[in-house]
Amino acid sequence: MPLEAKNITFQYSRKDRLILKDVSLSVADGERVALVGPSGYGKSTLAKILSGYLRPTSGEVLWNGAPLPKKGYCPVQMIYQHPELSVNPRWRMEKTLNESWHPGPELLGDLGIEHEWLTRFPIELSGGELQRFCVARVLGPETKFLICDEISTMLDVITQAQLWELLLKISEERGLGMLVVTHNEALAKRVCTRIINLPEQNAAVKKENNS
Amino acid sequence: MPELALKKPKRRSAVQILHLNTRTRILISIIIAALYIGIVFIWGVSMGPSNYAIDYGAKLQAPSASHIFGTDYMGRDMLARSVKGMSTSLVIGLVAAVISSIIGLLLGIASAVIGGKFDKVVLWLVDLCMGLPHLVLLILISVMLGKGMKGVMIGVALTHWPELTRIIRAEVMQVRSSQYVQAAYRMGESRFTVARRHIIPHVIPVYLVGLLLLFPHAIMHEASITFLGFGLPPDSPAIGVILSESMRYIASGKWWLALFPGILLLLTVIFFQIIGDDLKELLNPTTGNL
Repeated sequence: MPLEAKNITFQYSRKDRLILKDVSLSVADGERVALVGPSGYGKSTLAKILSGYLRPTSGEVLWNGAPLPKKGYCPVQMIYQHPELSVNPRWRMEKTLNESWHPGPELLGDLGIEHEWLTRFPIELSGGELQRFCVARVLGPETKFLICDEISTMLDVITQAQLWELLLKISEERGLGMLVVTHNEALAKRVCTRIINLPEQNAAVKKENNS
Repeated sequence: MPELALKKPKRRSAVQILHLNTRTRILISIIIAALYIGIVFIWGVSMGPSNYAIDYGAKLQAPSASHIFGTDYMGRDMLARSVKGMSTSLVIGLVAAVISSIIGLLLGIASAVIGGKFDKVVLWLVDLCMGLPHLVLLILISVMLGKGMKGVMIGVALTHWPELTRIIRAEVMQVRSSQYVQAAYRMGESRFTVARRHIIPHVIPVYLVGLLLLFPHAIMHEASITFLGFGLPPDSPAIGVILSESMRYIASGKWWLALFPGILLLLTVIFFQIIGDDLKELLNPTTGNL
């Protein structure tokens, strides 16, 4: 079991309501799992906890049986739903692209990243174009698990299809596990081997609904 | 009638006619402003006291070819006195603004990074300083330190840091919590690398613009407290001294004593403001590349 979440409970501050309570899930090697649920039910928060962006209030995230590394390259990487917030606005795209590894021209071609975009600033690219850079940036060899938080919502349908086809191919080739956060049921069924419905796992939401 | 409105010819500004882009326009205006300030500064600093020596034979002369700005009640050349005074103001402004901005930079970064109680104390100090009128605090500090160049400099330096502290604190907090910095940590970058590659390059432009926009404040405040008599001594060539002296003669029609030094001061302040605003536009990736 490479990625495991055990009894994750989370609240943003002590006075705040519980976002997640006793959420447990596990994803096997090379498995692609979709995480679905309505807005505001903690999908993105869980994605951030699983990739180490946030620390859970209680519970733990295990990677191959050990806690996620706090320093160094995290084997679990997340692609965020807002690409324009995920890149440094003062950097040319080239620098952002090569931040952790050097993607080859083949990968750039597969993602449809044009050569002239590399010298531009983020402000000069669209959201969809920026998201391709965010994808390329984290596909380095050290990435063993990918969390995709609504990554294709801002892309046109054709580009969405291309992006998922590429990610599926890479996932198959490398045995790269994936957790796909999405509202799109068709996408979840097409890309993933298993679907987890977050509200069913989340005790915080159940309690709220009962009371 | 809507057709008429559509047919109205578009007005084109000089910038559009010359096909200048933002970058060129900004560079040109920065160069003009810097030239003016540089000339006044170098001319004033290198000027000896003989240029504005007392000459009772030429008392209170109106502007003429030999004395472009006229002369004062002791027959001193007002052009030389004004330029010398302006350069003194520039030196005081420079030193005070640099000290002030460094206080702002250090407190702002420390406040954002350390947080907690320290942050609260800094914010409290900022509110305290901003709650009092600048001029009152400045006069108090200057008088306490025995007026003169030292009093003015320290007074200006100690009263101008709060705004910059606030801005830098907010910038550091914002960039530290941004998604791209968080992502950099997850991509294995150390705190040091993140600071060097992401945070410092983000804060430096803010600091530079803040520093430049401090100059006009510092210069204006130096001139005002000297004008009020709490700053530089009356025998030194300073814009504040010149302006306060001129008040005694203005009722008797000696308009040149106040007008020209006033314009000199105004232009200096405006040009600093222009450089600061232009630099802000240039260093912002959204507006700087158009």
